[in-house]
Amino acid sequence: MSGEQPFIEIKRSIAGGDFAIAGNISSETKTILQQTGLPPVFIRRVVIACYEAEMNVVIHAYRGTFTTQIYSDRILVVVDDEGPGIPDVSLAFQEGYSTAPPHIREMGFGAGYGLSNMKKCSNQIAVDTRVGEGTRVTMVFYLNSSP
Amino acid sequence: MKVNEIVIPLEAEVVVDGNMSEQTLKGGYSGDLLSDCIANAGEGSVWVTIHSHPNIVAVAVLVGILCIVITNFQEIDPQTVEKARKERVTLLRTPLTSYQAVAVLAGRGIPGTKKHV
Ligand SMILES: Nc1ncnc2c1ncn2[C@@H]1O[C@H](COP(=O)(O)OP(=O)(O)OP(=O)(O)O)[C@@H](O)[C@H]1O
Ligand SMILES: [Mg+2]
Repeated sequence: MSGEQPFIEIKRSIAGGDFAIAGNISSETKTILQQTGLPPVFIRRVVIACYEAEMNVVIHAYRGTFTTQIYSDRILVVVDDEGPGIPDVSLAFQEGYSTAPPHIREMGFGAGYGLSNMKKCSNQIAVDTRVGEGTRVTMVFYLNSSP
Repeated sequence: MKVNEIVIPLEAEVVVDGNMSEQTLKGGYSGDLLSDCIANAGEGSVWVTIHSHPNIVAVAVLVGILCIVITNFQEIDPQTVEKARKERVTLLRTPLTSYQAVAVLAGRGIPGTKKHV
């Protein structure tokens, strides 16, 4: 990943707590990936991971930016937020671990599967976080390699 | 089976018709955890759930779910209706419980499918 330019870059902002539009960035990403003619199985895993990352900002953070870069052999997604950060990242990756409050759980979020879904769907995932400041999730999806 | 063929067996109200007579169901999924639905439901599914907030439509669009069956005659958020119309996702509302709805759909031969992430 040197100085190579992506042939498509999409940059969007995410509003924390806005459930009515939550998921729209992932939908838009899906449409763009479909238009580029990528295989449905590949699109599926990118889109699942995007949704989980987008929702985590909506649910757990205050605001964020969502950047997708499409290269010939891979897709890079970077989701950056201002928020509380994650004190224990390995705990956060455990299925079933969630700090989502009751009113969020009532909506069907907070199963604690998001980060584990992202990990299963991507080829590489990195979570950089600072408690009290925010979190950056970086995911790479290679076109011709399953995760 | 086309989506419009499940309306009467489910005793359902059609809240949004996302072109039901053209939508062919490949399978079904039931559940109320969104992360589980997005990981396991397949394209061309009917989704049986108790939720009625707008994010269910986002999940449906991402997975390729054709029809959402909202059970127990839950009130539906107007934003959910608006979003489903825009995205052409069929929304049905039934007095049945989720279990009863799944039993009806399975009885009509719609298989439970499972994708894996
Ligand atoms: N962007 C974020 N900012 C702050 N905390 C986060 C963020 N993303 C995840 N977390 C923390 O990690 C936990 C686990 O995240 P994960 O996505 O796996 O589950 P969840 O969001 O709680 O539930 P689900 O994704 O199944 O709806 C969260 O409950 C939260 O404590
Ligand atoms: Mg999550």
